[in-house]
Amino acid sequence: MTATAPGHAGPEVRKAPASPASGPRSGTVRRSLFRALPVSPAVVLLLLFLAGPIVYCVVIAFTDLQLTGQAQESFVGFDNFTRAFKDEAFLNAVWLTLVFTVLSSLIGQNTLGLALASLMQRASKPVRTLTGGIVVTAWVLPEVVAGFLLYAFFRREGTLNAILDWLHLPSQNWLFTLPILAVSFANVWRGTAFSMLVYSAALNEIPKEVTEAAEVDGASGWRRMWHITLPMIRRSIGTNLMLNTLQTLSVFGLIWVMTRGGPSGKSQTLPLFMYEQAFQNSLIGYGTAVALLLLLIGSLFSVVYLRLLRTEV
Amino acid sequence: MPVRPTVRFTALFTLTALASTSLAACSSGSGSDPDTVKVSFKQSTDNSIKVMDEYLADIKKQFEKANPGKKVELVPIKAPDSEYYTKLQQMLRSPKTAPDLVYEDTFLINSDITSGYLKPIDDYLAGWKDWDQFIDTAKAAAKGEDGKTYGVPDGTDTRGLWFSKDVFAKAGLPADWQPKTWDEVLDAARTIKEKVPGVTPMNVYTGKPAGEAATMQGFEMLLYGTGDGGADPLYDKGSKKWITAGQGFEDSLGFVETVYKEKLGPEVSDALDPNFGTKVRGELLPQGKLGIALDGSWLPQDWLEGSGHEWPEWSKELGLAAMPTQNGQAPGRVSMSGGWTWAIPAKAANPDLAFEFIKTMQTKANAQKWYVANSGISVREDVAKDPSYVDAQPGIEFFTDLVADTHYRPAYPAYPKVSVAVQEAMEGVTTGDKSVEEAARGYDEALKGATGNQVVSK
Repeated sequence: MTATAPGHAGPEVRKAPASPASGPRSGTVRRSLFRALPVSPAVVLLLLFLAGPIVYCVVIAFTDLQLTGQAQESFVGFDNFTRAFKDEAFLNAVWLTLVFTVLSSLIGQNTLGLALASLMQRASKPVRTLTGGIVVTAWVLPEVVAGFLLYAFFRREGTLNAILDWLHLPSQNWLFTLPILAVSFANVWRGTAFSMLVYSAALNEIPKEVTEAAEVDGASGWRRMWHITLPMIRRSIGTNLMLNTLQTLSVFGLIWVMTRGGPSGKSQTLPLFMYEQAFQNSLIGYGTAVALLLLLIGSLFSVVYLRLLRTEV
Repeated sequence: MPVRPTVRFTALFTLTALASTSLAACSSGSGSDPDTVKVSFKQSTDNSIKVMDEYLADIKKQFEKANPGKKVELVPIKAPDSEYYTKLQQMLRSPKTAPDLVYEDTFLINSDITSGYLKPIDDYLAGWKDWDQFIDTAKAAAKGEDGKTYGVPDGTDTRGLWFSKDVFAKAGLPADWQPKTWDEVLDAARTIKEKVPGVTPMNVYTGKPAGEAATMQGFEMLLYGTGDGGADPLYDKGSKKWITAGQGFEDSLGFVETVYKEKLGPEVSDALDPNFGTKVRGELLPQGKLGIALDGSWLPQDWLEGSGHEWPEWSKELGLAAMPTQNGQAPGRVSMSGGWTWAIPAKAANPDLAFEFIKTMQTKANAQKWYVANSGISVREDVAKDPSYVDAQPGIEFFTDLVADTHYRPAYPAYPKVSVAVQEAMEGVTTGDKSVEEAARGYDEALKGATGNQVVSK
């Protein structure tokens, strides 16, 4: 997760002009300086609005800044980080974040997206349009709206229990008993469309001849999938996993609306833990330190994917 | 290749872009107009409740009429309490966003004073005759540790037991119920559970989602009724330290545990729903689905004319009883008091005008109007004596009378974090995840973190 400011003017900028004598070199320097000029507003903007807050964040992660109840903040070194690793609630949040990410992104969205995409390959056009339409609708809904919908679906007097009652099946109260499962399901429901679109595009890229040849050779559906399709769409898998994971790691609104991280922190993933520390307990410094740790987890995932799939994303 | 025009164009383009960039970056924030006073207040999350909006609109009219050329801009913040505080603190941090007048909960005011968010108003108060009418405890509510005053209280509140006469009749309990001990309260709830199916016997707010309501309406109403009622059970004034969980603390947690373990309270999942308070006031009590509610004096404001769920019969259908002390020890009853104040931010652009607005709000007539509209308890002696205030609403007399035995929270800067620690302990015993003992030890740990190790055992 490196954020290089695009349009930095290259190394020439930092060289002092060689001499006032207008040799070919100083001409080059002047020309590249000049070519860098039009992007300078963008660079200024980026520094101001992107790099500035990021640097500020890193700085306050090392202070004990509070939103209220403190006259003056002071520099505390790595205290916030050591505190996090001793904090049971933080470790619980890390664990739940991993559960949430693996369940809803790696397993849920990714597999379901691939399954839908492969099934739609063979489906008739109306079926394709209808399925695609429904899945994409869930995706374009604002996060908060999706959260409310699924809250209404899962809650004790909600739609799911009404259906279960009608089928004479025992009712559930997942928002209370297994909240992390309920929010993971919600995230799958909402985010599968993205994977489906990525994989549909990838599957369309596979030349027909290859699969037909395999079919003639008598390879079964599963073997075709494993030996031909998957290796051929390896890059898309990498890209999709990366984007999906990073998106899922930072899901906040959906969980906030459904459970607020409760009950007793049973669905409190890192973004919610961060919010609680920073804004409800007003420990801005600690909350920011946790944010940096979340960033670290995100980059770890990315490195693993890059290694595993050796794709150039 | 003609270089010149390109060069000129490039330079011109760059200059234009840079100029617009810097303009965009430096466009000023709110732009404070010296003739406009900006007033931030907490708007109810229940859309049908407009008590404060209507009251402030009326004051705005009076103020603008009395001060020609001055304008009032009302800035409502619609959020549950805890999110309102957060939003406010962020606004107070910068002169660009700081309003001229803010509505501050006494629960947080000391914390915000320490942060330097508020302006001391002693100089203004010195020249304001009405200030003498305010009772001393209320004046102290907005005093910082530096002895200066930072806010003008707009009323206070007390807490007690509300009960449904209809449910009590069905359960065979007396209509003039007044329990003497905790056990009598629990026994009444048990009787309701047994005899009136389909009704929640009792509500005690609990857990983090309920926020300060859990701490104050729930836990502190119990805790301050343990022991001899003399010293503060949470904070030791002598050593300026916070007190770790002792016997009284564990007994209070035990009470909460009993309510939820024996299913004398709401479903745990309902109790831990952040919007449960709205449901208690708007649905459960008016529909006779709740037997006993341990709650605040302000409830009737939700049932007044124009509130959206009017319930004019509430005073006939509900009874009131004081919360008893644990074993009936003196003084026999317990109440907690908080309240809100009007304060002027340190970074306010028009503090003088803001204080003028406070004066308009706090004329005797306007203050009285507000107490009645908001079901508040008067903090002014002249209003408290006024028969038209005492008789304005059933219940006012009962709750005003409780002021004699009420307690104030130790609202020092660490209090909000201590309060969260209390809520976590409550939540643990509510869900059954923790025993009383475990929850109390968890509180001790959290207390050390919340107060920077300023703790003492008693």
